[in-house]
Amino acid sequence: MKHTISILVENEFGVLSRISGLFSGRGFNIESLSVAPTLDASISRMTIVTSGDEQILEQITKQLNKLIDTIKVIDFTGQDYVERDLAMVKVNAEDSTRAEVLRIADIFRSKVIDVTPRSYTLEVTGAPAKVDAIIELLRPMGIKEVVRTGPVVLGRGAKGWRSNE
Amino acid sequence: MKKTGSQILLESLQLEGVDTIFGYPGGTVINIYDDLVDYQGIKHILTRHEQAAVHAADGYARATGKVGVAIATSGPGATNTVTGIATAYMDSIPMVIITGQVPTPLIGNDAFQEADMVGITRPVTKHNYLVKDIKDLARIIKQAFYIARTGRPGPVLIDLPKDVQIATTKFEYPDKVELRGYKPTYSGNIRQIEKAAKMVLAAKKPVIYVGGGATLSDCSEDLKKLAEVTQSPLTTTLMGMSSFPSRHPLSLGMLGMHGTYYANMAVTNCDLLVAIGARFDDRVTGKIATFAPHAKIIHVDIDPTSIKKNVRVDLPIVGDLRDVLQNMLKKLAEQGDAVESLVERTAPWRAEIDEWKKKHPLTYKKEKGVIKPQYVIEKIRELTNEDAIITTEVGQHQMWTAQFFEFAKPRTFLSSGGLGTMGYGLPAALGAQAAFPERQVIDISGDGSFQMNSQELATLVQYKLPVKIVILNNGYLGMVRQWQQLFFDRRYSQTPLELPIDFTKLAEAYGGTGFRAEKPEEVEAVIKKGLETAGPVIMEFRIAREENVLPMVPAGAGINEMVLAS
Repeated sequence: MKHTISILVENEFGVLSRISGLFSGRGFNIESLSVAPTLDASISRMTIVTSGDEQILEQITKQLNKLIDTIKVIDFTGQDYVERDLAMVKVNAEDSTRAEVLRIADIFRSKVIDVTPRSYTLEVTGAPAKVDAIIELLRPMGIKEVVRTGPVVLGRGAKGWRSNE
Repeated sequence: MKKTGSQILLESLQLEGVDTIFGYPGGTVINIYDDLVDYQGIKHILTRHEQAAVHAADGYARATGKVGVAIATSGPGATNTVTGIATAYMDSIPMVIITGQVPTPLIGNDAFQEADMVGITRPVTKHNYLVKDIKDLARIIKQAFYIARTGRPGPVLIDLPKDVQIATTKFEYPDKVELRGYKPTYSGNIRQIEKAAKMVLAAKKPVIYVGGGATLSDCSEDLKKLAEVTQSPLTTTLMGMSSFPSRHPLSLGMLGMHGTYYANMAVTNCDLLVAIGARFDDRVTGKIATFAPHAKIIHVDIDPTSIKKNVRVDLPIVGDLRDVLQNMLKKLAEQGDAVESLVERTAPWRAEIDEWKKKHPLTYKKEKGVIKPQYVIEKIRELTNEDAIITTEVGQHQMWTAQFFEFAKPRTFLSSGGLGTMGYGLPAALGAQAAFPERQVIDISGDGSFQMNSQELATLVQYKLPVKIVILNNGYLGMVRQWQQLFFDRRYSQTPLELPIDFTKLAEAYGGTGFRAEKPEEVEAVIKKGLETAGPVIMEFRIAREENVLPMVPAGAGINEMVLAS
């Protein structure tokens, strides 16, 4: 089963390798990982999508909490949250398919962010399933390159992470 | 007045109460060693290998309960510390390791004697630091000591580049540590403790199972009270060994792969298992599915990751063992009648265990003209006092020591339990003797393990550390040979140590003294002479070559499926 975890960490040298090393050293999976500083520049926020049963997830959250640099771990399993994944897709756009690519982009409220006589680069944002869907529809046109951020999530509601302790 | 990085390091060590450090100089720590000349309050012991320096600091820490400190230069000096650090990490020993590093502008350039120590030691330290700015140095040292000794203790490494040692700044040692991500839970949840007390009071067949955490939190007295008040039989892991007197009527000795018959039978048949500072290691549990199958499990530990890692737990309590045990004793004291009826109700259980004890005690067969290793261990116990500190290496001699040496006082048994590091015992004994110059310190060793750090004989002689070394010499890597005998049709692949080494001469070559016994009737005299002789001594015993450690639970079997001594 998939789980999405947010980790607030000290924005310090080597912290990413502590987290990723913990996952690899203990045989836990990382399906995606995204990280950037928060409003408070001394704290970084990571979003990790992992998989495993309940016992594995309990170990993952406990082991993450055990790291000295970890300030807070939020497991979103069973919680209400909003989730966004961003992808950029460089797709073939020959005369015969240019219009179709734009139509698909329009359906997914995707933007063209780069254009050449033979290609479009689209930006698409949404839940991972939506990003999967547009990629599937674009695949027959010939995708040259795809990059995805991996999902980032926030809990729904007015509370921030500091207050839900 | 401004101070250099190396001065700040040494000042800070003094402020942390460090009086002894173990190390080995080199190019990137030469400034620290130069300043060391001016810091007479810190005694430095020069080992002959950096691995030994770390094991010595570890032995010092285990014997005293204080934070052990070791220092090594960058590159090979630093990488040599890794086994020592991993050993301490697996057994949760509080230590601070300082490694030199190439100057910051050279880091990442594959400079001479450069190694990425923060990267290499990340999985085997509780935390580690690379100091890039001298302004951070005092804070980092303060944090390192705090992290090493609080919560579940462990080793912390500080990688200190040479230019940071030379740079200067105003020295102010922080009073407080502020780490927003690190707040160990010391007080156990009182409602959980109440529930635990209720479960204990309702038990018919309780067993207390104690690990190394009991030593680390110095809770032996409370442990003894809990066992005595509830009249619960108590078994320990290798790491928990000296935290409960082996001769106590409630003691079951060690459980697990080479545990006693009665400890393993008691755990298999109990209806309540109270795990205290133990982590259900695979050498303890054997096959998980048949481990304590009828028991409700209470697990007390300061580290939440230990709980439910390997086995299901009915009642977890996170907290310092001393705090939890004292509160549990209070709760029990409030229930005088219930405690009385518990003791009455559990009498048949203790009788059942006594039957097991009578049926299959720890034993070995005596043979005429052949020295049995177990006999040597029994004699050492007889001829030493209860304060003697015993260290071991890893292998058969370690298990025989755990089985036949009856420990009476906490912190008298120092052994590498988690990592199982051969070559640990001699340097650990060195560290313990440096901490307690007046006490008897004995390394019980095998001929294989001893040779992994035998160069430390030089350190013992140089610093007049009178460690006594017992070598149970069977000319084999005995534990592996035992497995080959039992599970690989006696194909002794690469386990015979064919070269007959004269260990007594080796002792003399270093300036120590050596004695040897080849017959059982010589054993007692050799031990007496060895213990009476001043300075480091090797006592070599040519023992029965193919003696096995029994009982033994084969790998993958349940702990009630033991091969017993006939």
